[in-house]
Amino acid sequence: MSLSVDRPSAPGSDPVATIGGTTRFVPGQRHHQVTVVNGKVQLGQRIVDLWRNRDLLFLLIRTQLKVKYKDSVLGYVWSMLNPTLVLAIYYVVFKVISRNNQPYFAIWLFCGLLVWNLFNNSAMSATGVVVGNSHIVKKVAFPRELLALSTVGVSLVLFAIQVGVLILALLIFGIVPAWSYLPLLPLALVALIVFTSALSIFLSAVNVYLRDTQHLTEVLLMAWFWGTPIVYAFGLISTELAKPRWHSLVWIKYVYLSNPVTPIAMAFQRAIYGKTQYTYHGAVTHILPVWGVGTFSLLLTVDLAVSVGLFLGALVVFGRLEGNFAEEL
Amino acid sequence: MAVAIDVVDISKQFRLYNEKHTSLKERVIHGGKMPFTPFWALKDVNVEIDEGETFGILGRNGCGKSTLLKCVAGILKPTSGEIRVRGSLAAMLELGAGFQPDLSGRDNIFLNGSLLGLSHADIEKRFDAIVAFAELEDFIDNQVKFYSSGMYVRLGFAVAVNVEPDVLLVDEVLAVGDAAFQRKCLDHVKRFQKEGRTIVVVSHGTDTIRQNCSKAMVMNHGKVITIDEPGEAIRAYLADLLGVGTLDNSESGGIEGNVFAIGAVQAEHGGSGSRSHLYPGESLTITADLDSLAAVDNAIATIAIHDDRNELVFASDPDDPGCQMEIPLGGGMVRFYFPEVPLLDGTYSVSIGIRSRTQTAIFDWKDQVTQFEVANPGRATGRVRLPLDVSFRLRSVLHTGEVPVAAPIGGIPGAPVAEQIVS
Repeated sequence: MSLSVDRPSAPGSDPVATIGGTTRFVPGQRHHQVTVVNGKVQLGQRIVDLWRNRDLLFLLIRTQLKVKYKDSVLGYVWSMLNPTLVLAIYYVVFKVISRNNQPYFAIWLFCGLLVWNLFNNSAMSATGVVVGNSHIVKKVAFPRELLALSTVGVSLVLFAIQVGVLILALLIFGIVPAWSYLPLLPLALVALIVFTSALSIFLSAVNVYLRDTQHLTEVLLMAWFWGTPIVYAFGLISTELAKPRWHSLVWIKYVYLSNPVTPIAMAFQRAIYGKTQYTYHGAVTHILPVWGVGTFSLLLTVDLAVSVGLFLGALVVFGRLEGNFAEEL
Repeated sequence: MAVAIDVVDISKQFRLYNEKHTSLKERVIHGGKMPFTPFWALKDVNVEIDEGETFGILGRNGCGKSTLLKCVAGILKPTSGEIRVRGSLAAMLELGAGFQPDLSGRDNIFLNGSLLGLSHADIEKRFDAIVAFAELEDFIDNQVKFYSSGMYVRLGFAVAVNVEPDVLLVDEVLAVGDAAFQRKCLDHVKRFQKEGRTIVVVSHGTDTIRQNCSKAMVMNHGKVITIDEPGEAIRAYLADLLGVGTLDNSESGGIEGNVFAIGAVQAEHGGSGSRSHLYPGESLTITADLDSLAAVDNAIATIAIHDDRNELVFASDPDDPGCQMEIPLGGGMVRFYFPEVPLLDGTYSVSIGIRSRTQTAIFDWKDQVTQFEVANPGRATGRVRLPLDVSFRLRSVLHTGEVPVAAPIGGIPGAPVAEQIVS
């Protein structure tokens, strides 16, 4: 019905005409790599992508740290002040007010809090991290798990700073750690990182669809904290459960130990605090089980294995939910 | 030529929730069920985009073109189907996406580059080029939140193009910055094309598509309407947009009591050959069939021409005696003849109306009922081909030793002006 459109093929007027005739760019290796986008979750591919983008992970961690302390005068000092203050409060409450007789109670607390802070900080900030970075998630394609992992990375940096404070305290008080147990700590830390990452990845994805997760996480983590032997000793629980009147409730001990954070916290306490019991006016109080390095290794290995399983599971869940992030945010 | 992007049977369903329950309480109350209407943003889309092609995607708002781009980029996952992309890919869906306002320009280049898939070493290599391209040498260590919007966008574009991907996806972001920067961006796109990289552009601007693309696709309601060379595709797009195209012209009767009805409308150029477009300066004839149930002796035929941005280019003068006519019972044919069309590149739509001279009544009005295409073989750009005569004359007055200072406004630089100064 009308004149249809047709470009005149006059030389020089058509930019398209030059394509193919002139030099093509040298194909790089990546040129032949084929990316497939479909609805499936390819676990192996996801892990490979995570590894390929490790530069981005470090950059995200750096960015978060920079933004966290931008324009603040004290900067990184805050990351020490906060746990130190928490430590001081617990110390006053349990040592001074409620007359706990445990020697160097502050050090004991610090060992557990170290573990807990890493776990807690990661899980809390990971929950909101995808929602908080929606502007990136909606517009750029990258492995979004990195956002959750970066919160673990940030917590790990803070962890390192706190370890520095702890070492300083050990030197000041002249406390000698249990040297034979120290090699457990790398294993414990890896298990902790993997478990924390699993939970962080899971929570960050779920929170996109169910924004209540953020508040729920806060409450659950609080309960979780008191269900983990950090402020009080595991020995107190097991001693109490060993009494005949609690005979039918021994299973509680196993439920208690199945908390993945518990063996990790206990390993830190055992290695750094060094004692399994203390004597006060002739009365012996057991604070940690008298397990050898082997038992601890076994527990931590099981912990790590379970954590790896959870991590893979979290990646699958994340992959399922990720497909509609851009739509849901 | 190898296929760079292979889109196979892609469908994407969105859920339009009638009420969105994102809190746990609401979910529990509603038993975990959320009523939703399925909405297919993409339905069975199949496209093969060859390597080295600059591929345009046209369509109205909500036709699914951005969704398709996001699926190709991997930001959204298709509900079914598969997309294969050969080589590295970078998507410019929003310039400066992922910039952290609190970080410096330097940090943001690294962050944004990494997000687009560059390694740290790659970015270091290209850092200077990116800063130079963005023209931000003096501000690179300032926080991005203090940047003007122009600086922000320039930095975003500079990072994205310096990623040098095999496949570049662009979503209507080419028009950024001042004229000089736009030129630089276009040069960069041209270089990409020469190097044989694949570019996919989503745009509303038919001019952008026409000037830059080698192929274009039109989408509507999540489906592919046509994949063709840009000119054809733009025509189909405009037809879709304006609601003409396959429209049966007899469908709507006259406005004024159905006395008149404008029927089939045709556009023909006076040039030779069977080409479908018009060269600037050629004649154009528009003919319209007219059905009439009554004889009218005071009718006026009017014609209006709009460009692809829907801006009026020309509307006929109703007082022109040539437009006045008597129309007998049964009707006939109205012919509009333009002896010369001085328009340059573009697609123009034609609206035709028949109205009464004495009353305000409009017998029939067909808005943008047909269109014609002007393609300019020369290199002049713009809307109108103004008659131009350029000549050169020797400045004879220089022999007198007098130097003409400045030509007065409106004066022609050269001899006549100088003579005025002498006298």
